[in-house]
Amino acid sequence: MENEKTNRVGSVIFSEYERGEAVKKAAEMSREDILGEIKISSLKGRGGAGFPTSTKWMLTAAAKSDEKYVICNADEGEPGTFKDRVLLLEYPKLVFEGMVVAGKTIGAKVGFLYLRGEYEYMLKSLHDYLSEMKQDQLLGKSICGKEGFDFDIQIRLGSGAYICGEETALIESLEGQRGEARNRPPFPVSTGYKNKPTTVNNVETLAAVSQIVTKGGEWYKTYGTNKSSGSKLFSVSGDCKKPGVYELPWGTKISELLKLVEAEKTKAVQVGGASGVCFPKSQFERTLAYEDISTGGSIIIFNESRDMVKVLKNFMEFFVEESCGQCTPCRIGNVKLLEGVEMIEDKTFTFNYINKLKELGKTMQVSSKCGLGQSSPNSFLSILENFSEEIFNGRNGGKHEK
Amino acid sequence: MLVVEKNSLTEEIEELVAHYGNDRASLLPILQDVQRKHSYISDYAQQEIARVLDIHPVEVYGVISFYSFLYSKPMGRNIVRLCQTITCDLQGKKAVAEAIERELGIKFGGTTKDNRITLEYANCLGMCDQGPAMLINDKVYSYLTPEKAVEILGEV
Repeated sequence: MENEKTNRVGSVIFSEYERGEAVKKAAEMSREDILGEIKISSLKGRGGAGFPTSTKWMLTAAAKSDEKYVICNADEGEPGTFKDRVLLLEYPKLVFEGMVVAGKTIGAKVGFLYLRGEYEYMLKSLHDYLSEMKQDQLLGKSICGKEGFDFDIQIRLGSGAYICGEETALIESLEGQRGEARNRPPFPVSTGYKNKPTTVNNVETLAAVSQIVTKGGEWYKTYGTNKSSGSKLFSVSGDCKKPGVYELPWGTKISELLKLVEAEKTKAVQVGGASGVCFPKSQFERTLAYEDISTGGSIIIFNESRDMVKVLKNFMEFFVEESCGQCTPCRIGNVKLLEGVEMIEDKTFTFNYINKLKELGKTMQVSSKCGLGQSSPNSFLSILENFSEEIFNGRNGGKHEK
Repeated sequence: MLVVEKNSLTEEIEELVAHYGNDRASLLPILQDVQRKHSYISDYAQQEIARVLDIHPVEVYGVISFYSFLYSKPMGRNIVRLCQTITCDLQGKKAVAEAIERELGIKFGGTTKDNRITLEYANCLGMCDQGPAMLINDKVYSYLTPEKAVEILGEV
């Protein structure tokens, strides 16, 4: 693995930050004041769902319980996403301090970092970092010398299951169970880890919290758009000269991003990973923001040489493998959609059947139990809609390489 | 399995339970540790973990079978996982996979005769900006070419 960069450029997350700033500031603030700053910032969840962070924390803070938990969701498994890898390797201070701030705000003494099994190689450096924080009184008992400000962080490893990125499946996994999503409601804010109030936040959300607490909610809001405040980390990969993690303000156009990463002859951009949507050239002027294209930040670029059927097949194979099998629409639906893609590939399909599969995809979106099955038809539907000409007519008369 | 082996495994599991706490929530870390040491979680280990945690052995097996990184059957001493997801695929995963298969004389899903390497595909490893990528046990290797991948495997 290449050494990660050490001096990244970015206006918010990657802006200057000294270790301990957020924790020291939070130690002097009341819980209400911290919540207030987060509320002013209008920070929304960066994992993709975009739930307002202050609301989540307020609900967990208000829940009555002797035990509460903070969980940092580092089960980054969405194809094309690697921003958490960069944050955890290069900016653990932002992530862990965000967890400490969350702990103080909601009244939790314990936090878990749920790290995907694929990132086991980070374990040592993360544990070392936690020890350093303890030495500096940024973690443990009486943080910053404040009696009663106690918070400890444990790291738990996943074991190779994409579904555990879904927050209730993650909680099941932490409890030593199969990672199968729970019914919601009740939500983790009231009934989370061990049925106690729990806030589950994305790595990037917690990193943003550290910057917001240090520099203020108003400062944060000066970046981004009216409805999407702040910045977003985009994991850019695929056909471009400069893949990597970019911090950009919300409201950036797809075309601007493509220029920045030096992508040429781009035919399609998949936003949001395998569970996201595939956009054709005609939509490159649309903006990346909660009010237009909301995303967890995975950007995969395809140039004109790529066969979109092959791309779609790779996505559907992914979902067939990663569906937990608990609910029927997702377990069977993804298999049927993959079979449909193979029929297109082999030219054994009928349009009548493909239309039925599109209906099935829409049914899965509304009837699956969790986000996996609700979003897995997205690429099937968007690729067939946006690239039907190429898929059924173009490229060697509809023939597809295997 | 020899009685002494059984005894030492039991002892090991009891130590792990003491370390992580006698709690269902300790199950995954315990399984991960047993596997790290023995390359898989044997029937006997599953029964012992269940006994100490006071849960049914089927509960333990259910968890193992759910997670793709946990195994109930013996695996090679090193597990190689090549990323098969989209970006690594675009960046030449297929050629790397074919070269590895030829060189080791096994297909994906198989283990070399000397038990040195088990070959598997994995889904997105989070190295999309540096693909194709693979994991060997817990180490990650990126920017693979067929030649480079084979060379790395030779040193395992």
